[in-house]
Amino acid sequence: MSAPLRDVAIVAFAQSDHRRRTDDLSEVEMVMPVLHEVLRRTGCETSDIGFTCSGSSDYLAGRAFSFTMALDGVGAWPPISESHVEADGAWALYEAWVKLLTGEADTALVYAYGKSSPGSVRDVLTRQLDPYYLAPLWPDSVALAALQAQALVDAGHTDEAALASIAARRRADASANPHAQLTGARPQGDHVVAPLRTGDCPPIGDGAAAVILAAGDRARELCERPAWIRGMDHRIEAHSLGVRDLTDSPSTRLAAERAGAFARPVDTAELHAPFTSQEVVLTRALGLGDEVRVNPSGGALAANPVMAAGLIRLGEAAAAVHRGDSDRALAHATSGPCLQQNLVAVLEGDPR
Amino acid sequence: MTVTPPPEILRAPLVVEFPFTRSLGPVQSAFLTGLRERVVLGVRTESGKVLVPPVEYDPETAAELRELVEVAATGTVTTWAWNPAPRPGQPLATPFAWVLVRLDGAGTALLHALDAPGPESVRTGMRVRIRWAAERSGAITDIACFEPYEDDAPGPSTGTGEGRPAAHDGEFADPVTGITTPARLDYTYSPGRAQTRYLYGLAERRTVGERCPSCAKVYVPPRGACPTCGVATTDRVEVGPRGTVTTYCVVNIKAKNLDIDVPYVYAHIALDGAGLALHGRIGGIPYDQVRMGLRVEPVWTEGARYPDHYRPTGEPDADYDTYKELL
Ligand SMILES: [Zn+2]
Repeated sequence: MSAPLRDVAIVAFAQSDHRRRTDDLSEVEMVMPVLHEVLRRTGCETSDIGFTCSGSSDYLAGRAFSFTMALDGVGAWPPISESHVEADGAWALYEAWVKLLTGEADTALVYAYGKSSPGSVRDVLTRQLDPYYLAPLWPDSVALAALQAQALVDAGHTDEAALASIAARRRADASANPHAQLTGARPQGDHVVAPLRTGDCPPIGDGAAAVILAAGDRARELCERPAWIRGMDHRIEAHSLGVRDLTDSPSTRLAAERAGAFARPVDTAELHAPFTSQEVVLTRALGLGDEVRVNPSGGALAANPVMAAGLIRLGEAAAAVHRGDSDRALAHATSGPCLQQNLVAVLEGDPR
Repeated sequence: MTVTPPPEILRAPLVVEFPFTRSLGPVQSAFLTGLRERVVLGVRTESGKVLVPPVEYDPETAAELRELVEVAATGTVTTWAWNPAPRPGQPLATPFAWVLVRLDGAGTALLHALDAPGPESVRTGMRVRIRWAAERSGAITDIACFEPYEDDAPGPSTGTGEGRPAAHDGEFADPVTGITTPARLDYTYSPGRAQTRYLYGLAERRTVGERCPSCAKVYVPPRGACPTCGVATTDRVEVGPRGTVTTYCVVNIKAKNLDIDVPYVYAHIALDGAGLALHGRIGGIPYDQVRMGLRVEPVWTEGARYPDHYRPTGEPDADYDTYKELL
């Protein structure tokens, strides 16, 4: 992988407190405080931002064109340079990164939000599946993850006890994360879809996140220790679940390779693994050893606002660099059933 | 700033229902028509692998695939997941196992449900067979589910070597060329802070907008944020009830489920004090006499939660300069 054309960094990150319900707030009312917070951290105003890109899905809350309403919170009128992806905000960040690499903008605001509480997110997510062979069967997101988990168990890569210990570790880690929805020790619970128990599944909730990207000297002005994006790539698995080896994630590995993740070891990894079993797949695919801090934020097992949870992984990894907790971090985001599509970014801080 | 305690949260059921009508390519058409005829077809890739369910293009090489073969209605479970609480739309209403099944002769697995008495009776590697739906239309649901099947297992098939499945021309009488997939999602809608207050105002036949604390524009209905300033609108401002038609159109096509005679006029109306126009129907005046600048007021009907329409007040028309910024 060749070096990026320009140095681009994540210079600020903000997120909402993630909650089971936000009936008191519309989407823009949920998003706006996060936008204000991320701007405040850099001292920027909307007019200082060269490009804005967001990620969300109207299906979650069943509100058509809600992403255009959410734009009100940005101050998008008169028209700004703006784009939207109907995907996790990590992919919006990718688009913004490319925009900055071209030199067309020096700063970008990226935000994402998900309001799962108005609907039944397990069922809503079936609508993203193959419309010919899968969607008519309404296989929900937990069911598909459970098929993957059983394949891992059969292959000897994990068992229910090991999955339970991942669940416990992540929620213990999340105790230090004031935004997390699910923290501390909790029972694994019954099988939701076996072999996955309640504890193996992410919480359902609403939330939002935002980051600011900046290029070169602008990044140094806006942030004491920018989290430089050394590489970023995203790859996808074959469409049909039955074609894939569900115990592996070659697309994650390829994206990581293209992002330069294997050139030198990372000290921290934020993995977007909504299910405990998916953390097993990802740590294996990326070859992460015990020396790497995995999901110190608690990850998606502690808060999983759909469409924002991937962007939060990039934000948390960047924030660890900003704080000096990490010098080189890997951030991963996923989309689709059983880790269908995967994005990997490598972030670094300047030497101290 | 007007500070009032937050009103009780409003909630309403919201149903999003949509039948997707999709056309099929030649391979998908043959596969789904085959299911209708209780025949399972796969497609052979350049490398010789048989994909079931078949796709139109090779997932590895992107080559166009057209070589159909017939595989068995029996197969082997490659992974499974016990579903103790079936959800709406799923293949079985009683607890079942989700399964990926590699049919005999196939090199890949197909997702479906397995009807089994309990999780203890399911394992990876178990033999299963298709239970056909009694009524079949050319859809994946023509397979009702799988059921356990005891036989002399032929061993896991790779779909490449021995037991090579027979070629099939994919020709059937009356082939299925498209599918219609109905979908229904149920939501509980909550309008959020600004719109909740607006709706409570309307319930008292008052139109209450919100003012931007930064640029002072009054938004009606309020959406919670000023799109120019990117800040929350806070101050509540009652506007109207009278207003001015800023622009309009004449509707000549009768809308479904709408009991209004055509032609009628639909207009943008800037209520007095509002920073932008809302829209509504104009009544009480012949459609061809409605004009820009016409002064109107809301007409409420018994029990309605919003004005039924707006009618002329009889005042002189507003001067263009008074509403030109609100067009
Ligand atoms: Zn304003």
